[in-house]
Parts: sequence; C-alpha cells; structure tokens
Amino acid sequence: MKSKLSAESNYDVLELSGEIDLHYSPELREMILGSLKDGKSLLINMAEVSYIDSSGIASLVEGFQTAKTAKLSYGLLKISSPALQVLTLTRLDRVFTLYDTAEQFQSHL
Amino acid sequence: MENTSAISIRNLDVDYGSRRILSNINFDIRQGEIMVIMGGSGSGKSTLLRTMLGLKKPSAGHINMLGTDICHASQKELYKLREKMGVAFQGGALFTSMSVTENIQLPLREHTKLDENTIQIMTRIKLDMVNLLPYENLMPSELSGGMKKRAALARAIIMDPKLLFFDEPSAGLDPITSAELDNLIVMLKESMRMTIVVVTHELESVFAIADRIAILGDGELIQIGSPEEIKSSTDERVINLLNRTPRENIVDGDVHLQRLTRDNQ
Repeated sequence: MKSKLSAESNYDVLELSGEIDLHYSPELREMILGSLKDGKSLLINMAEVSYIDSSGIASLVEGFQTAKTAKLSYGLLKISSPALQVLTLTRLDRVFTLYDTAEQFQSHL
Repeated sequence: MENTSAISIRNLDVDYGSRRILSNINFDIRQGEIMVIMGGSGSGKSTLLRTMLGLKKPSAGHINMLGTDICHASQKELYKLREKMGVAFQGGALFTSMSVTENIQLPLREHTKLDENTIQIMTRIKLDMVNLLPYENLMPSELSGGMKKRAALARAIIMDPKLLFFDEPSAGLDPITSAELDNLIVMLKESMRMTIVVVTHELESVFAIADRIAILGDGELIQIGSPEEIKSSTDERVINLLNRTPRENIVDGDVHLQRLTRDNQ
C-alpha cells in the first residue's frame, strides 16, 4: 500500500494505492483516525487500490463511524473496481458515500 | 483468472496401513479458481483433502502449496502457510466452550495484533456475510447444523485467506441456504481473489460453483476438466457418478465365501 495525505482548505484528502491487507490496515487506521482527530472532514481517493481485504474495510468503517460521531464529512472517491467488489460483497456500498469527483464531496461539506 | 498454480500435486500416493487410498495423483489447482473435488464414498476425496491440509502424510509424492512443499516443510514454514489458508470442516469443528463470535475471532487473536475495534468490525462483516449476525452471542450447541456450517465458513474466511478449503459445504442444508452458500463461495473467489477447493458430492452445487472439477474413483484421478468437459465425459465411471447409477457389485463366489468364513478356519 502507498498513501499520501494532503490538506485542502477545509478537509483532508487521503490517496491510497496498491494492496491493502492485514499488514497495512493498522497504518491505514492510524492515518484515518489521525486526520479525523484533527477535526477535519476526510475524502479517501481509492482509484488506485488494486485489492482491499476485510481488515482494510474495517479501518474504513471505523473511520466512518468516528466521522459521524464527530459530525464530520467522510467519503470515498473514485473507488476502483476491485475495491467496489469487496464493498458490494460486504453490503457496505450502501453504507459509505461514494463520490465520482472531489467537487461532489465539497458540495456536501 | 490467472494460470499460475496455487497448488501442485505430483505423483501422490497415500496409504492407511497396508491399504493404498490414493495412487499416483497428479494435478494443479490454478490461482483464483474454484476447484471441486468429487467422487463417491471411498473414492479418496476426503483423504486427498486431509493430505492437502497436512493432516495426513503421503507415502510418496509432493504437494506444493503457494510455493511451499508441505510434505517436506518445517513447522515454521507450515505455520506461515496456514496463515494464508482457511478451512471449513464439514461438521463445523467449532469450539463448544466459545460463543460464535469468539470462535470466529480466534484466528485473528492467534495470528495478528490488530486493534480490538478492527477485530470486532471484521468479525461482524464476516458474520453478516454468512447471515449469522443476529446469533453472534450464541454457543455452538444452540446452533442448527446449517448455522454451524456457516459459522465455520465465517471462521475460515476471517483472515481473508489466499486458499480456502471447504469440506461438503451443502451437505445437510436446505436448498435455499445451500444456494446462498454457493453464491457466497463464488463471490469470495471474485471479490477476495481466493483460490477455493471444495470437496463435495452434491451435484447441483458442483455445477453451480466449479471452474474445474477433479473426479476421483477408487483412489485414482479419473478425469479433470471444466464442468462442460465433465458433463460430456465418455468415461463410464464419470457418467455413473453424474447419473447416480448404483455401483454394480460383481461377486466372486470363492472370494466372498473366504471373506465370510476366514476366522472360522
């Protein structure tokens, strides 16, 4: 997994790429929770994610729950086909808010 | 589907005492495919599964699994390999003193140091996938046979294994639960990139899920191929298996008499 966290004016963008599995999901969890702890909404770009396992999905779910509690916006951007398949299998495609563009996310802030 | 092998079986012989159960078995299971191993009772399919899982030592031959020769691997190598494997046994093999949730979490607690929140969410994801979320706090003794089987599957996939072995997934299940389980097996292959080995003799399931089918008979590999190739097989033993034709028991009078009276002589 590779990741890059960047700051927009009123939200953070986390770009993920490669494979997210048991070895990398703790790192992903730390990044998501760290960003939300600073009180910033979070958009996670998943366009280049080639594989995500259920530990990675669990990190995304925990982040979503944390964001909801803190009343922050939280979305998944340009989700790749392999990642979408896993979300569909786990019925989480109906739980997360999926965006095609960053502008769509911004309009919900 | 990738064409590289997840499992290679070469010149495999397996004996129980002086009795040969599997003889000269050779075939590959490709990464990302569902391979169904089928055969009648006594065909050797369960022994093949036990041997692939490292529970039975072969008398000869090799099994290479994800790059590890399991017949000659060290305990450390086998332990590492088992982190990438999930097994759902026919009867469930759940620990009776643990709740459903505790059973399912066990591999994560044994093999990982994931955060408690991650473990709880992963467990609920898998319980939901097998439709057992409302029953997470029940004990195995409170589950039906089908529920035990689904709990066993949830435990087998909790670590998102590269290799999933499933012994008789449909046996004893009602048709709807059986179809749901078949569907889940196919989804696991497609979404989670698992290579799945299913041992069964439930024909309906076989043709619903298999990419390829290996048919065993009397300890030998009779045929391996796609569902279409198996359906159009001209091998009498395959045809009999698919048509559920009873085996003809040809009796040699002298041999049978000797068998019945050998302790009286």
